[in-house]
Amino acid sequence: MLSFILRRLLIAIPTIILISIFVFSLQKFLPGDPVLAMAGEERDPETIAFLREKYNLNDPIPVQYLSWVGNALTGDLGISLRTNQPVLELIGQKLPVTIQLATMSMIFALLIGIPAGILSAIRKGTITDYVANIVALSGLSIPNFWLGIMLILLVSVKWQLLPASGYVPFDQDPLRSIQVMIMPAFVLGTALAATLMRHTRSAMLTVLTSDYVRTARAKGLTERRVILHHAFRNALTPIVTLSALLFGELIAGAVLTEQIFTVPGFGKLVVDAVFNRDYAVVQGIVLVTAVGFIVMNLLADIAYVLLNPRLRS
Amino acid sequence: MAGKLVHQAPDTEPAPLLDVRELTLSFGKDRTNLLQGVRYSVAAGETLCIVGESGCGKSVSSLAIMGLLPAGVARIEAADIRFQGKPHDLGDQAVLRRRRGSEIAMIFQEPMTSLNPAFRVGDQIAEAVKAHRDVSDADARSRAVEMLRRVGIPAPESRMREYPHQLSGGMRQRVMIAMALANDPALLIADEPTTALDVTIQSQILDLIRELQSETGMGTIMITHDLGVVAEIADRVAVMYAGTIVESGSAARIFDDPQHPYTIGLMSSVPKLTGPRERLSTVPGTVPTAETMPPGCRFSTRCPFAQDICAETPPERDFGDGHRVLCHFAPLDEHLELA
Repeated sequence: MLSFILRRLLIAIPTIILISIFVFSLQKFLPGDPVLAMAGEERDPETIAFLREKYNLNDPIPVQYLSWVGNALTGDLGISLRTNQPVLELIGQKLPVTIQLATMSMIFALLIGIPAGILSAIRKGTITDYVANIVALSGLSIPNFWLGIMLILLVSVKWQLLPASGYVPFDQDPLRSIQVMIMPAFVLGTALAATLMRHTRSAMLTVLTSDYVRTARAKGLTERRVILHHAFRNALTPIVTLSALLFGELIAGAVLTEQIFTVPGFGKLVVDAVFNRDYAVVQGIVLVTAVGFIVMNLLADIAYVLLNPRLRS
Repeated sequence: MAGKLVHQAPDTEPAPLLDVRELTLSFGKDRTNLLQGVRYSVAAGETLCIVGESGCGKSVSSLAIMGLLPAGVARIEAADIRFQGKPHDLGDQAVLRRRRGSEIAMIFQEPMTSLNPAFRVGDQIAEAVKAHRDVSDADARSRAVEMLRRVGIPAPESRMREYPHQLSGGMRQRVMIAMALANDPALLIADEPTTALDVTIQSQILDLIRELQSETGMGTIMITHDLGVVAEIADRVAVMYAGTIVESGSAARIFDDPQHPYTIGLMSSVPKLTGPRERLSTVPGTVPTAETMPPGCRFSTRCPFAQDICAETPPERDFGDGHRVLCHFAPLDEHLELA
């Protein structure tokens, strides 16, 4: 098991290098010049030259890349061109917000998607199945921003049950923090629940026709135990893999939803950075997101092995 | 293998343990009868072999009795089944579930896929015990160890902790048998339990089933297409063709004096090691599908003796000792002499 994890970690290294090169070059080939954005209206040639020198923008691109990677390895992701704050500090401020939002969204997605998927699989071809599928399809096609606005209108404005927007750090007031984040998490979660439901349904349908499920029934187990114990356990593999990927996506931030509920997470940071050509911040975020994805994938692979006795030996 | 290995039929017919008097199943939109008036019985301590080609409905009939047919696929048109003298209601899922694995147990053709790959074999057997008995986990596990030992698995305590993929096919079938018999069922239905196994393992499994049967006195229904298996293990035989039992009786009678043209064809398609060399005969044609099912006798499209009358439902002729044949021309010898 340990050697498996080590092997998977080694495979992750070239992936991270590739991603870093890609991110770095993408930035360089994008139109627009950060120095012009910083120099302001006058565009004083001297100021521009000074800024270029200050941020080493005159160096050959490979040199710029290597110095960036070198700094990144020591935890120095550069300084935001816009706010002059260290990028790591900016990310450090936003990351807990995004992780909390992602976790809460995922809980919603799992709590809705998996039971709905199981139910529609065991009631295949019945009204329950159709309703679940229609709801899932709606979940996929209703834009998050619309659902967000509707929820604010109903829950916050009309019923005044939950705050419409804002953010309270979790360590400051956990209850309040969760309360404020329920709505954005629900909006993000329902969209993912639809995907999860579809995958759970098809995984369950495959497993339910298997010989060992027939054996479980032949033993005289209750239908509940047959489905939740024998069938679901074997349907878990694709569900776990998908959940890890979805969680990775959530870490990357949800621009629109964060905007609507004014959640100060990654999404807003990315948008601001891109509009201001704040290279260092964009690079830092993409790097953190990519690493997050790789970690989630690694966890999924480990879960995969834990769930499959055949892969353990 | 066929021939002299046949068991002697008991002198008096014991009271049946499972008595299927009528079982008719339909499927599809046009409600074609998949099983048509299936009729067989098995007594305690007795082995009934249901023989027939693949797709003839052998497995379907036993799955129906277990209540294991997938819902919404097949529809029970008529059923009159008695188990231990009392009606066995195929509509009562709760009773069927309690009966499954405790009074009637079943093992399947594919030991490779019939065990859940995610759980240890010991847990899977203990689970079967706990499903029907109010016992502690420890008691269920010690019962599981006992059963593994009984089916001839060496070092059962350590095997308990293994996963199905760590066992060979023969071992897995033994585990299946241990699981099926953990609650001392009165009836074991074995659906081609040896088909997927090597020949040497096949006879070991058959021996094991026979041995356990003589220990426990359970009745056994063995579903097979292998006449070698039938010769080795059957007390009684029911020959199934296209969803109908065309002939049934003691194994001795079926092997020595088959009366239905299909049974005769089936018997002569088995090569013999003794006697003069002959060309192997086969039953010509193929089993009719739902669309091509003839009226009356279902074998008439392939029967060398078929006449116009065969379009009518054949009568059941009883030759005594439970030897029954569904044919207009039974006994065949008489008609052949007349012709």
